[in-house]
Amino acid sequence: MNRHLIAASDLSRDDALLILDTAEELARISDRPIKKLPTLRGRTVVNLFFEDSTRTRISFEAAAKRLSADVINFSAKGSSVAKGESLKDTALTLEAMGADAVVIRHMASGAPHRLAGWIKGHVVNAGDGMHEHPTQALLDAFTIRRRLRGTPSGGLDGVRVTLVGDVLHSRVARSNIALLGTLGAEVTVVAPPTLLPLAVEGWPCAVSCDLDAVLPKTDVIMMLRVQQERMNAAYFPSVREYSRRYGLDVARMGALPEHAIVMHPGPMNRGVEIAAEVADSPRSTIVEQVANGVSVRMAVLYLLLGGADLGGTNE
Amino acid sequence: MTATWLIRNASLPGGERTDLLLRDGMIAETGPDLTAPGAQVLDADGLLALPGLVDLHTHLREPGREDAETIETGTRAAAHGGYTAVHAMANTDPVADTAGVVEQVWRLGREAGHCDVQPVGAVTVGLDGTRLAELGAMADSVARVRVFSDDGKCVADPLLMRRALEYVKAFDGVVAQHAEEPRLTQGAQLNEGEVSGRLGLAGWPAVAEEAIIARDCLLAAHVGSALHVCHVSTAGSVEIVRWAKAKGWRVTAEVTPHHLLLTDELAEGYDPVYKVNPPLRTAADVDGVRQGLADGTIDCVATDHAPHPAEYKDTEWADAAMGMTGLEVALRAVQQAMVDTGLLDWAGVADRMSVRPAAIGRLAGHGQLPAAGGPANLTLYDPAARPEPVDPATHASKSRNTPFRGVALPGQVVATFLRGTPTVLDGKLTS
Repeated sequence: MNRHLIAASDLSRDDALLILDTAEELARISDRPIKKLPTLRGRTVVNLFFEDSTRTRISFEAAAKRLSADVINFSAKGSSVAKGESLKDTALTLEAMGADAVVIRHMASGAPHRLAGWIKGHVVNAGDGMHEHPTQALLDAFTIRRRLRGTPSGGLDGVRVTLVGDVLHSRVARSNIALLGTLGAEVTVVAPPTLLPLAVEGWPCAVSCDLDAVLPKTDVIMMLRVQQERMNAAYFPSVREYSRRYGLDVARMGALPEHAIVMHPGPMNRGVEIAAEVADSPRSTIVEQVANGVSVRMAVLYLLLGGADLGGTNE
Repeated sequence: MTATWLIRNASLPGGERTDLLLRDGMIAETGPDLTAPGAQVLDADGLLALPGLVDLHTHLREPGREDAETIETGTRAAAHGGYTAVHAMANTDPVADTAGVVEQVWRLGREAGHCDVQPVGAVTVGLDGTRLAELGAMADSVARVRVFSDDGKCVADPLLMRRALEYVKAFDGVVAQHAEEPRLTQGAQLNEGEVSGRLGLAGWPAVAEEAIIARDCLLAAHVGSALHVCHVSTAGSVEIVRWAKAKGWRVTAEVTPHHLLLTDELAEGYDPVYKVNPPLRTAADVDGVRQGLADGTIDCVATDHAPHPAEYKDTEWADAAMGMTGLEVALRAVQQAMVDTGLLDWAGVADRMSVRPAAIGRLAGHGQLPAAGGPANLTLYDPAARPEPVDPATHASKSRNTPFRGVALPGQVVATFLRGTPTVLDGKLTS
């Protein structure tokens, strides 16, 4: 394992499998009546959130607490950051308070890289700008493995994953394309050409602008959140047109193979990129993804902070 | 009364070796085995005697941002890098958009005395791109402004650009355009391409530069005026300038040392020391601008020296200021990119770093190859000096934001003479 988890593209296949397998083990423990493990007792995890993201913050908080770490939540709103303190000074303050790991969510791509250069603790990227969101990709991989593989182990070799939506601005897409590729999946991205990076042909994925053509060859379809303000920058003409061409409605779900699953990183725009009936269907893994997020983030914190051997935590 | 200097055995850009006698601000004599009783002697065996370098594009930051640079520190940096004249860009605070401000900058430069400071005037009031500044008043002031630029911002309005080009014909002026289509570069952080896509940084597309250059070449041709293109950064821009020159249009262009050597891949660690506008481009673009400089399509090297205080770079990429220092490494960087690669000889370097920028800037007394009767503005340079890693702590600039920190560059500026007086000797500033 690396010192930090900043990008899914930094993970080797072995690293990724170690995290997923550890998450499986931790998930089993979480099924016990007493969920809490003593492994990170006395360690401090800081959640440093410069963007509102209640779901990701709570997920990391739950993960750290189940491992008995002390958790400090630092939200940039109403803090010294709002008064103009730099990221560097904030980082040094947290360092002085003894943070063993800092989980950072930031609107600027690369902020976790900068943070890792300023502090001695471990840095976990909880989403940076348009760059990466590696724990989201890990929980997605974890979810796919559980749903599509008889036994939740090994890679995702040969699994056909289709990502649909705003790839250009999406850190979830970047992390998933990197990680799922590393695990052997065949990734296809589908989006209007305006929402694809210019150099996407060099990415380790296939590219299509025709969702209907891709659906029958899909084992996993992952719908990305589309932000309505993109319409104002002329990325697409209207929300309705976007929805017609790239939304997953009931008819399109019917074109998927029988076994295919539907994923969404949340929060959803029901009726835009995903129809309510689809989001609530048995094929949807959206609620499961949330639960799996805690297990995966436990595994990441556990491995980075070098918790005790899991075998010794049964008492 | 300035001292008389006898420079022994220097090599001229063309290769011939000569002594040079500097007296009363002029080169009094050249030739072998000169004698001058009482003169101070400088042994220049192995050194090149280049005409004092001229920078068409320097941000001295004064007035307004004296925490980043002052005219004093910026011109010391210039001398340290072998420059005898710099053009001070107009994006100060207040903006250099009136005769009063350009005269102040000009006077502060004279008082500092490390190199000549030729102010650039803003094209539009406050650089806001809506109303022409009083270009004539700046031209008629003691600063004798001939180069006008809103650098940092593009004169995006085509009508205003046309009028500016037309208007400056009355006093042989030139409009130096920062070519950046603003709508195509909203929020732009890095060259749009493979790296920006991977890093999740908003792209700055080559077309945003090239479209403005093409438009402005056509406008300059239409009104018969002179256009200068600042910091050309893409291979496509070079093609457009080449086309305009082939038409016989009065278009000139510059390239920065960093665009001759560095690519966008340096952004991978998100260190904003590599953040600059226009952004670092691809290896193909580096190749394109090098070829353009070699064949003369690009007339000159200009530093776009853009000092910033540490806190403007010690931050996340998107929040960081754009720009790099350049005066103190430019000649060494050009040696690495152009001479050591065989693309340009030293006569070419003298042309691109002194003769042509002085001509574009309408700058009298600079840009003349060392010859008897000419001004004693000289740079003595040792191209064989062992490549040393660049150490910003040794720089005279107030700021440290050089992308070449730790990079071994060849050569050393040994001495700089401004009108016969050394501003740098033994590689060190004299005052």
